[in-house]
Amino acid sequence: MIYLLIYYEFFKIGLFAIGGGLATIPFIQDLAQRYNWISIEELIDMIAISESTPGPIGINIATYTGYKISGVFGSLAATLGIITPSIIIILLIAHFYMKFSEEPIVRAGLTGIRPAVIGLIAVAAFEVIKIALFNIEKFYETKVLLDIFNFKAIVLFSLLLFFIQKYKKHPILYIAASAVIGILIKY
Amino acid sequence: MELFMVFARIGAFTFGGGYAMLPLIEKEIVEKRKWASRDEILDYFAIGQCTPGIIAVNTATFIGYKRKGIIGSLFSTFGIVTPSFIIILIIASFIKHFQDYAIVQHAFGGIRIAVAALIVHTIIKLWKQSIKDWSAIVLFIISFLAITFFNLSPVIMIILGGIAGAYKNTRKKADEK
Repeated sequence: MIYLLIYYEFFKIGLFAIGGGLATIPFIQDLAQRYNWISIEELIDMIAISESTPGPIGINIATYTGYKISGVFGSLAATLGIITPSIIIILLIAHFYMKFSEEPIVRAGLTGIRPAVIGLIAVAAFEVIKIALFNIEKFYETKVLLDIFNFKAIVLFSLLLFFIQKYKKHPILYIAASAVIGILIKY
Repeated sequence: MELFMVFARIGAFTFGGGYAMLPLIEKEIVEKRKWASRDEILDYFAIGQCTPGIIAVNTATFIGYKRKGIIGSLFSTFGIVTPSFIIILIIASFIKHFQDYAIVQHAFGGIRIAVAALIVHTIIKLWKQSIKDWSAIVLFIISFLAITFFNLSPVIMIILGGIAGAYKNTRKKADEK
């Protein structure tokens, strides 16, 4: 049964890939080598598509790989496989979190964890900003300091930040508007 | 069913995975529906980061469980997965070189900027909520620098944060005595 095999392989990935979507890539690479299901070129294409379509990257990669292996049911098996361990583990943890999150020592620990997590989120933001607002590659080519900045992008970024702070509309609105602006101005 | 719809909406508009969904969770879960506080969301992310699996799925499962137990967690997880699943199937079956289209690239150029602005906005809010003293600021800076420049594993950083928080608290108690 190919579907069971797919489910099993992706279950293992879901169980061992710690740290989210991108952490699954080495595992998928390993799959590609062991089974000849997909080529490395396909894998690279897949990563690019998974990063630029909506939704969690890990789910996108699993769905895509599963489809390449054996169609719609393959993608279903892969996606279910990768989320099953998460669901089981999180349910166990959630159960204990509800029980223990009011304990003084746990609460104290959490007050230290929260700033650390905000730091992690800041790292993620920094990575996005680096790609979205700066042309580091162009700077290496031209060696002109001003070329580092993507001025069009910085202007839009500042305007967006201002509007978000001021009007508090739904994030979807800003995302959709920026997609349209992106097409019009050609970022 | 509401859980399914809310998470489907979050899944459909999260570009870039994991932390990019934070602004949407903030709006839909914290502000609109008050299903969880900002602090709790940070706890869920910490747990999601340290446990196996995809962070977005882990967070959805957690919030679903808190709302409506096991059934709730299943609905929210399937909610966040479904849009991805459908979109990827369409792309995989119809479009050969999706990312080669200029229009797609320009749209994503724009979207990336919006995602950057939204995350920065969310960080400002979280900062106001959870960073209240000097030790928290120090932890934030250590976390940011250690991961950006020394490639420290986020899991280790979270564990260190937990130890630091617990340690500070026990010392405070000792001082009070």
